[in-house]
Amino acid sequence: MNSRTTSVRPERSRGALAGVSRLRSTRTVLVLLAYLVAAPALADSGLPPAQWANQQLPDARQEAQAKALMEELRCLVCQGQSIADSDAELAGDMRALVRQRIAAGEKPDQVRAWLVERYGNWVTYRPPVEPVTWPLWAAPVLLLFVGAWLLRKQFRRRRP
Amino acid sequence: MNRRLRFLPLLVLIAFVGAVAWRISKPADEKIASKLIGQPVPEFTLPAAVPGKAGLTSRDLVAGQPRMVNVFASWCVPCVAEAPLLGELERQGVAIDAIAIRDKPEDVAAFLARHGDPFGRIGSDLESRVQLALGSSGVPESFIVDGRGIIRYQHMGPIEPGDVPTILREWEAAK
Repeated sequence: MNSRTTSVRPERSRGALAGVSRLRSTRTVLVLLAYLVAAPALADSGLPPAQWANQQLPDARQEAQAKALMEELRCLVCQGQSIADSDAELAGDMRALVRQRIAAGEKPDQVRAWLVERYGNWVTYRPPVEPVTWPLWAAPVLLLFVGAWLLRKQFRRRRP
Repeated sequence: MNRRLRFLPLLVLIAFVGAVAWRISKPADEKIASKLIGQPVPEFTLPAAVPGKAGLTSRDLVAGQPRMVNVFASWCVPCVAEAPLLGELERQGVAIDAIAIRDKPEDVAAFLARHGDPFGRIGSDLESRVQLALGSSGVPESFIVDGRGIIRYQHMGPIEPGDVPTILREWEAAK
C-alpha cells in the first residue's frame, strides 16, 4: 500500500495492511505445505543395488580386507565421503567391485592400484609418499618444531 | 625480535582469510578426469541395452575409424539436456556409441523415442563396471576413441552448445 492511502485513511489502511500480511502468511504456509508433498527430482536409477554393494563376503578375512579398503576409497560422486559411508549408487557399485575383486583373490593394494590407474591418487584417502606429498607428511613434524620454538621461553621459565 | 614479530599473527590471519576468500570466490574444479586418456580402451563386453540394437564391446572401438562413446542413463536429467546436441554431432559425421548405466531396456527405449537416438550401438552396464573401468565418474560423459582403440578425449558433464566446436576438433584430431 502506498503512503498516500496511509495519510488519508490511517485506520482503514492499517486494516488493509493486516489483511495483506495475513494473506501472505497463509500463502507462506501453503508453500511450505506444498514442499512436504513435492516429489524430489530423481537422480538415481530405479535398479536395486548390486549384489555385493551391501552384502558381506562369506569369507570373514576377505570381508575385513574389503571393508578396510572401502573406508580408504573416495566416493566419486559425493566427494567428501568414503565408499563405505556413502549411499550413492556409484559408491554401491564401487563396493561391489572391491568385494568381487577381493573375492577373486586380488590383494587390496592391487584393487587400489586399479582404481588409482583410472582416477589418480585422488581416489584413495591414503596418499602415497612422493615428492608432491612430502609437505603433507612433513607438516606434522614441522608444526611440532614450530610449537616447541614458540614455547621455548615457557620451558626456560620453569627452571629454578 | 618481538617487536618485529608483533604483527606476525595478524599477517597469518590475513593470509588465511585471503586464502579462504579466494577459494570461496573461485571454487575448485571438482571434475575427476579419467587417467586413461592416451591409453587403450580397457577390454569389456556389454550386452544390448535395447532390443534390436547391438551391445557394445571394446573390440567395436578398434574399428579403424574413431568412435565417440557417450555414457548416459535414462534416469539422468542432464542427459536429456545434451540429447539434441548428440543428434547435432551425429549429423556432422560423428559416429556415436553409448553405454547405458544401471538402466532397464524399456526405460532406455522410451528415452531414445523421446529424445532421439543418434547411437550405433548401446551396451548395458548394470553395475557401472565398465564406467569404472573407463575412469568415468558420472553421467553424462563422452569419450572419443581413435581407430586404434586409444582414448583421445573425455568430456565430463552434459555437452553444451559451446562445447560442440571443441568436440568436433577433437574428433578430427582422432582421425
